[in-house]
Amino acid sequence: MTITKLDLLPARGKRRTFLSGFTLSATAIALLAGRERLGLVGAASAQTANNDVTILNSALGAEQQAIAAYQLGADSGLLQKGVKDLAVQFQGHHKAHADALAKAVTKLGGKPVAALKDYSFPKDKLKSQNDVLTFAASLEKGAVSAYLGAVPILGDRDLAKAAASILGDEAMHWAVLRQALGQNPVPDAFVS
Amino acid sequence: MRLLAAFFVALFASASALATDGNAGRGEEIYTRCLACHALAHNRVGPRHCGLFGRKAGSVPNYAYSSAMKKYGVTWNEETLARFIENPLRTVPGTKMGYAGVKDRQERADLIAYLKQATADPKLCE
Ligand code: HEC
Repeated sequence: MTITKLDLLPARGKRRTFLSGFTLSATAIALLAGRERLGLVGAASAQTANNDVTILNSALGAEQQAIAAYQLGADSGLLQKGVKDLAVQFQGHHKAHADALAKAVTKLGGKPVAALKDYSFPKDKLKSQNDVLTFAASLEKGAVSAYLGAVPILGDRDLAKAAASILGDEAMHWAVLRQALGQNPVPDAFVS
Repeated sequence: MRLLAAFFVALFASASALATDGNAGRGEEIYTRCLACHALAHNRVGPRHCGLFGRKAGSVPNYAYSSAMKKYGVTWNEETLARFIENPLRTVPGTKMGYAGVKDRQERADLIAYLKQATADPKLCE
């Protein structure tokens, strides 16, 4: 099995992003190499790669929604300076996740989903900083669960690793938001 | 023999009770797992859930379903939902809901009990 190094994200200066150096397995590589090579890994692997595209695209959709939600929060005028900075920082993480996912989908031969034009967020119900943070926390919790629902079914172990890496980042966001809301930041020993 | 029959009747009764005997309060907590992609009242990454029970799979207007879901053909009820939610990608091959599923039977029952109330609640679904 050849393992080829694949930089999903360009290294920025000295700071290499978490997915750089991240590798794709033989299944994925065969797909990258084109249809004619599929015979080498068999139809089952093609099916696996297809499934992985579906799973990564679902995650990408969730990331795009989070980016839009943080934009809404940042533009709401409801956030104190420090909190707004944090929101923008978290949004930046989601943008990095979305970038990496879109690139992985493309490498697997799929088409990255586009962001929705309108998420119909409950704007009229967001009247205070707490409302915004509660809403953001619910999306981060949902994202943690979504990745937890992706890791065990991604056929490619390196993609599963990348998903777990993102899961960890979103769990940190969730904890910080809960802390800011005065809630127990880490309510359980396990996420679900 | 009669005893045995009674035993099986009881067994089946309790099995189906498990599927329907969900706790909506606990189900609301489990529904937080769906919120990266779904909302009750609005289409997001996934379709809105309001009005779910009794509607045909893949039938919310203005939501771009996979062709697999459009062709799935079932009507959503406790049983069809339990089957889908346990393992979406196996139940509807080709679905674009890329999620492993809720594997625990009691958690599914709780979730479905919550969905049954919430998706028909005019306050949550306005
Ligand atoms: C990663 C994103 C994601 C997560 C997490 C997710 N879903 Fe979905 N869901 C989708 C997508 C996308 C579809 C549309 C599927 C299609 O068209 O094949 C969908 C479709 C559905 C449908 C079919 C609805 C219809 O109108 O026919 C149901 C029911 C459903 N999801 C329930 C759930 C529940 C309950 C949860 C939480 C346990 C959940 N989903 C978690 C993305 C997700």
